[in-house]
Amino acid sequence: MAVDLLYFAWVRESIGCDGETVEPPSHVASVSDLLDWLAASSEPHSNAFADRARLRAAVDQRFVPLDTAIVGAREIAIFPPVTGG
Amino acid sequence: MISVRVQQADFDPAAELALLESLGIGAVASFTGLVRGDDDLIAMTLEHYPAMTEAALRAIADEAAGRWPLAGITVIHRHGRLVPGDRIVFVATASSHRAAALESCAFLIDWLKTDAPFWKREEWADGSARWVEAREADDAAKARWRPD
Repeated sequence: MAVDLLYFAWVRESIGCDGETVEPPSHVASVSDLLDWLAASSEPHSNAFADRARLRAAVDQRFVPLDTAIVGAREIAIFPPVTGG
Repeated sequence: MISVRVQQADFDPAAELALLESLGIGAVASFTGLVRGDDDLIAMTLEHYPAMTEAALRAIADEAAGRWPLAGITVIHRHGRLVPGDRIVFVATASSHRAAALESCAFLIDWLKTDAPFWKREEWADGSARWVEAREADDAAKARWRPD
């Protein structure tokens, strides 16, 4: 099923776009799986996702750990740790 | 009364405080965050996650409302390009108890640092730019509010 991806901050700059719609295969079950699958697809993705400790995620606009299941998710955002306030 | 705003425009802290004072309650506390006037910092741009930001700020305000007896909470967070001295964020709380007003205000700003989807990018005088890294001290500041 198609899912909208959003990228923020240096993740957005590194990949070169602020989002895309993808259709991951069924074995992509978690956010981490999604990052692996995307990293295998292109060099910019691979570079952006190289250090997982520097990445955070939100599934359907809720912050989640990277091992969270994404079954049925409509929107997944990938970004660095937040620095607001 | 909870008021949460995410905006590019500046705001008037005095007017925001006056609104909370008009609730006729004993204590109003506030915090204003500004862009630091470090030597070579030209500007700071705040990126955010528009679809999520306001809900995230509201969730933080709701958490504060559940922990302290508050009559009013105001949270304003700006986005876009700001220069040294510009206001970034404003938090204010009103309560009949000064400890509740002060503590909830500190709680709100600590949680904003770790739970609101904003990212800061700094531009320097030498033409370089860098994304601000999250600090472990911010996680520690949030952790001190963990319920025992």
